[in-house]
Amino acid sequence: MLIRAAEMKIAEESKKLSFKTPIHLTIGQEAIAVGVATSLRKTDTIFGNHRSHGHYLASGGDLKSLFSEILGNDDGCSGGRGGSMHITSRSTGFIGALPIVGGTIPIALGAALAHKTCNSENIAIVFFGDGAVEEGVFHEALNLASVMSLPVLFICENNLFSSHLHISERQPFTRISRFAEANRIYSSEVDGNDVRRVEDLARKLISDMRHDRKPALIEGLTYRLYGHVGSEIDDLVGLNRKRDLAFWKSHDPIERELRRLLDERKIDEKGFRDIRDLVEKFVLDSWESAISGQKPHGLSLLQNVLMDS
Amino acid sequence: MTKYVDAIRLALENEMERDQELLAIGQGVWSPFYVGSSMKDLDKKFGRDRVIDTPVSENGVTGLALGYALMEKPIVVIHPRMDFMILALDAIVNSAAKWRYSLDWKTPIPLTIRAMINRGGEQGAQHSQALHSWLGHIPGLRVIMPSQPQDAYELLVQSIRSPDPTIFIEDRWSYELEGEVNFDCNLQPLALETPRVIRHGTEITIVGVGHATNLAINAVNLLEDKEIVEVIDLRVVKPLLVDVILQSLLKTRRLLVVDLAWASSGVAGEIIATIMERIDFSLELQPQRITLPDCPAPTSSSLESAYYISETQILTRINHMLRDLDSK
Repeated sequence: MLIRAAEMKIAEESKKLSFKTPIHLTIGQEAIAVGVATSLRKTDTIFGNHRSHGHYLASGGDLKSLFSEILGNDDGCSGGRGGSMHITSRSTGFIGALPIVGGTIPIALGAALAHKTCNSENIAIVFFGDGAVEEGVFHEALNLASVMSLPVLFICENNLFSSHLHISERQPFTRISRFAEANRIYSSEVDGNDVRRVEDLARKLISDMRHDRKPALIEGLTYRLYGHVGSEIDDLVGLNRKRDLAFWKSHDPIERELRRLLDERKIDEKGFRDIRDLVEKFVLDSWESAISGQKPHGLSLLQNVLMDS
Repeated sequence: MTKYVDAIRLALENEMERDQELLAIGQGVWSPFYVGSSMKDLDKKFGRDRVIDTPVSENGVTGLALGYALMEKPIVVIHPRMDFMILALDAIVNSAAKWRYSLDWKTPIPLTIRAMINRGGEQGAQHSQALHSWLGHIPGLRVIMPSQPQDAYELLVQSIRSPDPTIFIEDRWSYELEGEVNFDCNLQPLALETPRVIRHGTEITIVGVGHATNLAINAVNLLEDKEIVEVIDLRVVKPLLVDVILQSLLKTRRLLVVDLAWASSGVAGEIIATIMERIDFSLELQPQRITLPDCPAPTSSSLESAYYISETQILTRINHMLRDLDSK
């Protein structure tokens, strides 16, 4: 709910042109990040991609620092030098995100190797989309993780689209877990819009990985309810999107979980409203706090290109 | 006396002994075929968990090494040929060079990439390229190019200890060169390294880029009066620091840059441009450069000898540049 509310705020502010940095919203796909996060430790290392607000927040990343970064302020999580596509929250294990598709996949292997060489139980996690499996480096990484036996969890958020192109226009199959089998990596497919199923699967896989020190892959089928980039729904962009959007909206992961909680009487309407109000207030307060920040001074332009300078 | 290649091996060996977390990873590191004797027996000494031979995945392995370095653990990636390292440019340029700046990263990224130029011997276009100028274009990288055995040792140790992603470019043509190496040298941070005068002279300054420095020295050795040429070894391609060269020009007023790479958009031109922007005195004649002809490396030996730079070619240019001295 926090991710959804935060991104709705980002979308709203984007429409108002409060900032220009390109934003890739994860609205509709939140369940995968949240379902995995509950099994993670702060000492695990998480890597994201261009669409990583959810991964950042699910790890426990600070909301105000995220907003500040998107606003290009110097107290942003990346000092106002990265924007929405370069975010980091090291203290919560979210090492960082880069926008080149597939770019962080091999980097996660190195973090996994570091965990392995110091005999810890920590693992590395990398989130990527179905477009990234079309990059050669994805296949290099799966092969390396397998032959080097690295504790890295590959998580594909298969939202069926790479920008405007549907997976059926790009690949002969819609399942990407086939590549795990080809590299002798254990994989499992899950309904990526069902946070409980994601959580159950992640808990089991991650607990195994902490001991057997081998890679694994989770493919979560999901759908982004907004466009590839920006704050529009883009229902006319991409194959069958106008038709399919209604179906996927009815499978909204947050609505689904809420209905379930109401049915199970674990929460009542009032309880839900109270939580929602609390989250929305937190988001608004964080935004208000972020917009009072400063832009970096022009004189800092050349700082931190190299460390040793 | 120590060979350049042995200096490289000893640098790695000493650093791996000193720092148990240091890893070496790359294609062919268990085989002398790929990396000469620069990794000889290191896998036996440190184990194959620390000296890791890899599948043919330049980009994946380089990205992996970056991830290890982000955990503040030092690692050396070995690319036996720069031509094949092109496949790793995404990891180098988009990831390694940008990580510190774009993510406001404040801790060391001890990633060293050994890139070998391996050319000649009729190997042709994709087994020959010297692409240091490409890398020198990128903010966020340090690009180092030793030509002398002492530097092969010293600069590699400094690169490994550097907190910045560093490309250490070595030329297989320098591998057999012998020289005195002081292994107990007092090591300063890599950031303080600059070009260095390795031969003093009075009338002309030759700046050599990597192995070109050795060709320049050989050419000077053919001169009757060896005192007229000052040879500067560039050593550091990025960031480019020209103070030492300017200092030398104050005396010689003649500049020749020799680079065993192509001229266009290259470091030889960059050196000359930077000098001309900063110089506040006049030169005897316009700066010059000797670079490779603007074509891919051929295989046939007759074409190869026309393609690569020879000592005679440098000698002829020196004489040409100094012809006005005779008339004085």
